[in-house]
Amino acid sequence: MTDVLVCVKRVPDTSGEVVLSADGSGVDGRYAGWTMSSHEECAVEMAVTIAGDTGGSVTVLTLGDDDSVEQLRAALAVGADEAVRIDAAADDYGPADVAAAIAEVVRAREGEGRPFDLVLVGNDAADTGDHQVGIRLAHLLERPVVAGAQNAAVAVSGDRLEVRSSVSGPTEVFDVPLPAVLTVWEGGVEPRYPNISGRMRAKKARVEVLEPSGAPQGSGRLGLRVLPPPASDVEVLGEGKAAAPRLVDVLRELGVVR
Amino acid sequence: MSTSSLPDRCDVLVIGAGIVGNSLVHHLAELGWTDIVQIDKGPLPNPGGSTGHASNFIFPVDHSREITDLTLDSMRQYDEMGVLTTSGGIEVARTEERMEELRRRMSSAKAWGIESRMVTPREVAEMVPFLDPDVIVGGFYTPSVGVVDSLRAGTIMRENAQAKGVLTTVANVEVTGMTVTEGRISAVQTDKGDIEAPVVVIACGVWSPRLARMAGAHIPLTPAVHQMISVGPCEPLAERPGEISFPIIRDMDTFCYERQHGSDMEVGSYAHRAILHEPDEIPSIAQAKLSPTEMPFTEDDFDPQLEQALELMPELLGDERAEIRYAINGLLSLTPDGAPVLGETPEVKGLWSCAAVWIKEGPGVGRAVAEWMTHGHPEIDLGHSDIARFYPHQRTRAHVRARTSEAFNKTYGIVHPAEQWESSRPIRLSPMHASQRELGAVFYEAAGWERPQWYASNEPLLEEFGDAVMPREHEWDARWWSPIINAEHLAMRARGGIVDLTAFAIFDVVGPAALEGIQRIVVAQADVAIGRVVYTPVLDETGGFRSDLTVMRLGHDHFRVVTGGAHGMVDKKWFADHLPEGASLVDLTSAYSTIGVWGPRAGDVLGALTDDDLSPETFRFGTCRLIEVGDLSVLASRISYVGEFGWELYVPIETGAQLWERLIEAGRPHGVVPVGIGVYTATGRIEKGYRAYGAELDAERTLSETGMGRPKVKDADFIGKEAVLDQAGRPPKSVLCAMTVDDHTSASGVKRYMLGGEPVLGRDGEPLTDGHGHHPYVTSAASAPSLGKHVLMAFLPPEQAVVGTGLSVSYMEELYPVTVASVDATPLLDPENLRVKGRYAELEHPAADGGTAQPAAAAEPVGVA
Amino acid sequence: MSVLVVVEPEDLDDEGAGLSVVSQEVLTFARSLPGEDVDAVLVGLPCAGAPPEAVLAHCREQGVRRLHVTGEPRLERYAARAWARVVDAAAEAGGAAYLVAGGTARGNEVLAHVAAARGVPMPCNVVAVVQSEPLEVERQVVGGAVLERVALRAEGGLAVASVAGHAVAPEPAPSPGETRVGEVAVELTEADLAAQVVRVEAEEGGDTSALTGANVVVGAGRGVGGADQFDDVEALAARLGGAVGVSRVVTSLGWRPHHEQVGQTGSRIAPDLYLACGISGAIQHWAGCSSSKTIIAINTDGEAPMVTKARYAVIGDMHEVIPAVLEELS
Repeated sequence: MTDVLVCVKRVPDTSGEVVLSADGSGVDGRYAGWTMSSHEECAVEMAVTIAGDTGGSVTVLTLGDDDSVEQLRAALAVGADEAVRIDAAADDYGPADVAAAIAEVVRAREGEGRPFDLVLVGNDAADTGDHQVGIRLAHLLERPVVAGAQNAAVAVSGDRLEVRSSVSGPTEVFDVPLPAVLTVWEGGVEPRYPNISGRMRAKKARVEVLEPSGAPQGSGRLGLRVLPPPASDVEVLGEGKAAAPRLVDVLRELGVVR
Repeated sequence: MSTSSLPDRCDVLVIGAGIVGNSLVHHLAELGWTDIVQIDKGPLPNPGGSTGHASNFIFPVDHSREITDLTLDSMRQYDEMGVLTTSGGIEVARTEERMEELRRRMSSAKAWGIESRMVTPREVAEMVPFLDPDVIVGGFYTPSVGVVDSLRAGTIMRENAQAKGVLTTVANVEVTGMTVTEGRISAVQTDKGDIEAPVVVIACGVWSPRLARMAGAHIPLTPAVHQMISVGPCEPLAERPGEISFPIIRDMDTFCYERQHGSDMEVGSYAHRAILHEPDEIPSIAQAKLSPTEMPFTEDDFDPQLEQALELMPELLGDERAEIRYAINGLLSLTPDGAPVLGETPEVKGLWSCAAVWIKEGPGVGRAVAEWMTHGHPEIDLGHSDIARFYPHQRTRAHVRARTSEAFNKTYGIVHPAEQWESSRPIRLSPMHASQRELGAVFYEAAGWERPQWYASNEPLLEEFGDAVMPREHEWDARWWSPIINAEHLAMRARGGIVDLTAFAIFDVVGPAALEGIQRIVVAQADVAIGRVVYTPVLDETGGFRSDLTVMRLGHDHFRVVTGGAHGMVDKKWFADHLPEGASLVDLTSAYSTIGVWGPRAGDVLGALTDDDLSPETFRFGTCRLIEVGDLSVLASRISYVGEFGWELYVPIETGAQLWERLIEAGRPHGVVPVGIGVYTATGRIEKGYRAYGAELDAERTLSETGMGRPKVKDADFIGKEAVLDQAGRPPKSVLCAMTVDDHTSASGVKRYMLGGEPVLGRDGEPLTDGHGHHPYVTSAASAPSLGKHVLMAFLPPEQAVVGTGLSVSYMEELYPVTVASVDATPLLDPENLRVKGRYAELEHPAADGGTAQPAAAAEPVGVA
Repeated sequence: MSVLVVVEPEDLDDEGAGLSVVSQEVLTFARSLPGEDVDAVLVGLPCAGAPPEAVLAHCREQGVRRLHVTGEPRLERYAARAWARVVDAAAEAGGAAYLVAGGTARGNEVLAHVAAARGVPMPCNVVAVVQSEPLEVERQVVGGAVLERVALRAEGGLAVASVAGHAVAPEPAPSPGETRVGEVAVELTEADLAAQVVRVEAEEGGDTSALTGANVVVGAGRGVGGADQFDDVEALAARLGGAVGVSRVVTSLGWRPHHEQVGQTGSRIAPDLYLACGISGAIQHWAGCSSSKTIIAINTDGEAPMVTKARYAVIGDMHEVIPAVLEELS
């Protein structure tokens, strides 16, 4: 019975060209919409699988404003059991602040006698790309942490976790004692889509709202700028297969074929 | 061919490569255009507009004949291209009220000749086994419903034109500007260079308003969200091969549809709040996640629909393995009145709009607009879609947004034919508006004008006329209606009525070539004495109706054209487009107010206010003159659309209120009352067999069919003359008739009154077919209180167009017996026109005496010449 | 005041390979920070006192004053927190004011442990110093599409930052360093080693190394059309002696394994030639391939971002163009 906490963040979808908000302080998500980071989609999938395999539960947590409930519901729709929102403006929170806020929730639950055996976060959020919330959280909770986790399975004994990662080359296997923290990396699991019953469940689920204690230190952001698209100096070699000889000439010039 | 370089000139430039642009280039090529360039800012074959995410299904039955005809033509074309898959479709009802609406749709299906039938929940479940029959009370099944591959169709049509060597298509070209020279489009600027073109068509869907604005024109539409999700894989769907093997379900009461797409079920909705976007704020291709018109899905808006869909198909959609694999807020184009926006823009010559078109109408619209561009008129009358129809206020962003927001949830709604808009009102007020409010006027809107439909102040007339007001028992028949209309009618026939006609569109044609211009445009002889008033049809080259209106000759080089408000802007463009050099058009719509005063006492009322001689012998019918109404100068015109003696009185709009007050005051001692538009446009005219443009008159009807042919055709040349001469010798393919309903009693014992649009069948319900191959339907329906009858107008096959022929009309899926009461629109009431002539004394039953209806006269057909 | 750089060997099994390219980049970057000396710490390669000559050669070339190594045998297998202890000890020993590492998965992870232990901030994926007084840097966010300006202050004791891969090109120092080697000793606790690699499952071709190490990458996107349509792509990659890389949509659709993914959530590559076939070039993908020296795009859409950002392009269907190229090459 592994009780899992999985943390997600509402981020602008960046499948398309990025547009900054009018004041330049953030990314405008109105065209492409908002989503949770793809690492986190995998984290949710991993959480639901582990809880399903062990008969445990999944609690999904976010730190954000009321709009971020959408991401909580997305996780509820694919199988999370409970949802918690730390009511705060995510942009005011740096990675250390987020880790502290999550740690507070984890400790509170421990205090209630319902501890989380496993905490999953995305390796890095698609917008801020900080690569550190999970590790800071592990330090605060004094738990082991594996970064870049792509697969995880709880041992039969229920107190250890086998974790796989191939983000730095060949697949590395970790064997960590629970409770632990994982920062999840996309690629090892296939996130499921919600079904309609899931959506209906998610819609009706209650979202617990928590007030953060204390003010955040902030992210230290001084400004944002979108990289201007480089002036295109593309040389079109031709259309269709007729361009093949020219293309081969270029490959020769580049020295990749002789 | 498809290239990446833009030619520097062409005969016609089509902007847009969605279903509409592709259909259009195909039909232009078919019609002989030889130098067509088509551009799109996106890549091919899916440039990212609404076509790319369309659900691509077609239900052919619509209450509008124009849309139905375009849809049927489109289905034929899709079928010829091999991209139509027939699946059948069922509109299901969850309530009895909706069942009534489905029965009404059956009327439309029969009227337009489309095979459909009502089905029971069990029959629905037999066709769609995963639908829970307990949730519905019935359905309306149309076997010919199908799905099309609109992207493939577009490619085929584009390539057809390319194969002819007449079309160059260039993708990834964005329009940045347009050049207008002396009111004509002359060139278009793009990010790939400029291109000169004397004709440019905007077929850019949701982006169209933005393009039009570059040339100073308006295409009044707004991008709006239609939500759609795709759920799968669903086992029952996956078991069968192909894209679709189950009928498409329209869950009418929840405003949703369920359409199989391979192993997935697509659930779409029109039930959510209207979510409007701005054309300028649609993301670019680079900014968009999927495509510019597939906006991020807003889940909360869809949740209620999800629940209802689940209720309808619990096992299929509730299957845990069926996942929501795709969900979008798809953008589509909505217009203030729901109709497409087609034709040359009134602001810029040579700049055409081909926008706000659904997949189901695309190829048909492509053909019709290509015909219009080539010959000056399409085969299918596009009157309701003509871009020229919009008044300036109707082109404003606020109006477009207000009306589309209001209309969005009517997409699958039950819309009464007389239903009134609530938003963007009031806009245009006649000068006597305040007085009308005091009289308790119930205002209906036409072209932005607030017009009294009837007056609460006339309620006492109900008692006076008793059952002669023909009260309606059924709520639907009586919705947006009042027996006061009929009471006002009877009061007008008995004594007289005063009608506010300020909504008329009025324009003067002046200049040395004014006569030549008018002669060329109208059918009737316009070279008449100054002071004559001519009622005349206006035809297109094929002899089909463009309009019917009156022309007053006010001077040698001065004609005043008066036409209906709803159609005024289209008529104005038609006149302006066809006037020769030396004649010009001045729009006086907002300068004049018109008040009608008619009835046996009309002369007494106006006579009390003027010293001018108003006697019928002196002030003859069909003439106009300036009279003095005290200190008001009034242009009085002795004509009538209600079949009574009297005048249309034209005054500068600022004196309209004065004239109104004086007439009301002078009418009081005679029992002459203000009368609403309900009388003017319905009861008054139907007793006289007067036709209405848009109902009886349209581009597909001829003079001879409408009983408006005259033995003599004027010598002067006019548009449509050749066709008129050609038609003259031949028997008409259909004949306009008036029918009376013999028995109104429905199976449940409630008396029912048709509202128009119902199919006309043989006495035993057998279908009738006219010489066009069309099935007859009711073009207008109204009470004829003076006859004590409910009268229906319809174009009947010549064999049935014989007085006394017994037929039937299908209303709400029940047959009612009717009898042909007149042919060629001969008046049912007062066929000798004694009333119009002011010869009331000679009437057999002078209505002025008793003021009651004439049941005796109505027992048998009256007014047959 | 010195700058400490975490360096990694290019190849654990090849002593002659020296430092990884990214490590050399970071050493170059370190010289733009306001430290008097650049020191380095080598972890992952336990070597008491005697690091491989190739590593030392790179260090000298980059002007490294001092290279910290450790002889702790338990560090042979990766354990981020334990590695971080060594790095921390080296920073302490060398009096470092700044600590930097490459923005690789591993570099970010180790630095995050140091920053967490010390309670200091850690901006990731820094690309440039934009202001020296006070020190401000820009770093990549939103997959590299946006740059965020943040302060980097040493007042808190130690300023920690990772440097985005391929943000700078490795350049030799103006004057070579002597690179003294010193050993750091740490007392590792059980907690430091709680999350340690217990074994490596080296399946053939099942990892990212083929992709990240290739000189030529043939990229394939949604335009391929299906999982069974990769024959020509693979043939071309083989012919050019390169690897296949794919966009995120291709792995999401299950057409190819994740370890072939190039992009924000896949690998970041910097080959001599990237031949992108049927890839539109979304941000997520561009984040992974933008450091390629030359990009050639094959795409039906002449306006696709991949085409406009490429050096050369062929407009057309990849399944027509690639076979024609293969034929031309045969």
